[in-house]
Amino acid sequence: MRRALILYSSNPIYSQLSTTRAPPGYVVFPKRDGGWIPPSSSYQPPVFRMRNYKCTLPPPLGSASDSVANRPKMASQDEQDPRISKISSAIRVIPNFPKPGIMFQDITTLLLDTKAFRDTIDLFVERYRGKDISVVAGIEARGFIFGPPIALAIGAKFVPMRKPNKLPGEVISEEYSLEYGTDKMEMHVGAVQAGERALIIDDLIATGGTLCAAIRLLERVGVQVVECACVIELPELKGRERLGDKPLFVLVSSD
Amino acid sequence: MSAYREKDPRIHGIQSRIRVVPNFPKPGIMFQDITTLLLDPKAFKDTVDLFVERYRGKNISVVAGIEARGFIFGPPIALEIGAKFVPLRKPKKLPGKVISEEYELEYGRDCLEMHLGAVEPGDRALVVDDLIATGGTLCAAMKLLERVGADVVECTCVIELPDLKGRERLNGKALYVLVESH
Repeated sequence: MRRALILYSSNPIYSQLSTTRAPPGYVVFPKRDGGWIPPSSSYQPPVFRMRNYKCTLPPPLGSASDSVANRPKMASQDEQDPRISKISSAIRVIPNFPKPGIMFQDITTLLLDTKAFRDTIDLFVERYRGKDISVVAGIEARGFIFGPPIALAIGAKFVPMRKPNKLPGEVISEEYSLEYGTDKMEMHVGAVQAGERALIIDDLIATGGTLCAAIRLLERVGVQVVECACVIELPELKGRERLGDKPLFVLVSSD
Repeated sequence: MSAYREKDPRIHGIQSRIRVVPNFPKPGIMFQDITTLLLDPKAFKDTVDLFVERYRGKNISVVAGIEARGFIFGPPIALEIGAKFVPLRKPKKLPGKVISEEYELEYGRDCLEMHLGAVEPGDRALVVDDLIATGGTLCAAMKLLERVGADVVECTCVIELPDLKGRERLNGKALYVLVESH
């Protein structure tokens, strides 16, 4: 079952809702009069169930002077952005691809829904605009679909992170583990400079191995990885933990 | 056509950001590297703007991008003109039902795939890639779209290598590029 994460939204509509924190144990969805729904009530919340929901409202992504500890670790926040449910339902699950037992999260159907695709990009852009991010690194190949529109909107450069032997000229490589064997990721020498602030984008985080390799490539040349951002997270594969102190932001979580 | 575009003042900046890497992927080939263009936010934006200005308001419902560098230019264009983005991929990358089109390489053959149901009959489509060389890949892409009843309005690339005569291979379909490289 896929559940949509609740996003903090700077949309002006939401300023009318309560900005106080829900007491622990209270149901997520705020009432229009500004109150919260107590757990003892018979109110039936809509479809989405939040397991392990954190009732705190993390601060939005900070500025260059923020330490890592201040940055939100999860995207779950109080208000549900109305765009999320359409994005979530536009993603198609294909069983047994690429091999038996794997439920493949297919974002190509999201790309066919012009509004949902637009909303996906907007949600990332709203989060990262004006935060001094100069690099958006996208992981081949589906990271190439989401990364460039974000980069263009926030005025950052786009840096492709590729499989071996695809990038011409001088590259640096990082090896990483697969379920069976290893793979390698490459980045152009000179694409990024020490001190730059970077995002890493991919369509999905599973075990986190690929994102980790991307983080290491950027950090090796002195870049500060501000956050990793994906459309989908598979939380049971614990990729988030593998990223260590690097924050992860996702739109949709899929069990 | 591309001659018209040489008069646009943005073209010079775009052309100067493209890096040529000799002897890649093999000796004798002068590889046109667009990654340096992507490092210049203004030039990258100008590139997308030039395409968007051409195709906005022309009722284009599909932008098909060829893996992998077509994935970089296609989606920003699709988002701006309100079209769907359809990835055309190497074999076995797309999950679910696909149709395939084989095409010739210099040595051997390759294959391009598209999802069934992504494109509908009557859809007006663009095909986007970073570069046209011999035109083999673009041809395969056009055939995939035409097989499902789409109308391929134009093929569009950042760079053309006119000496390789890819334009002629497109069976009369229009080709639009920003930069030519001899």
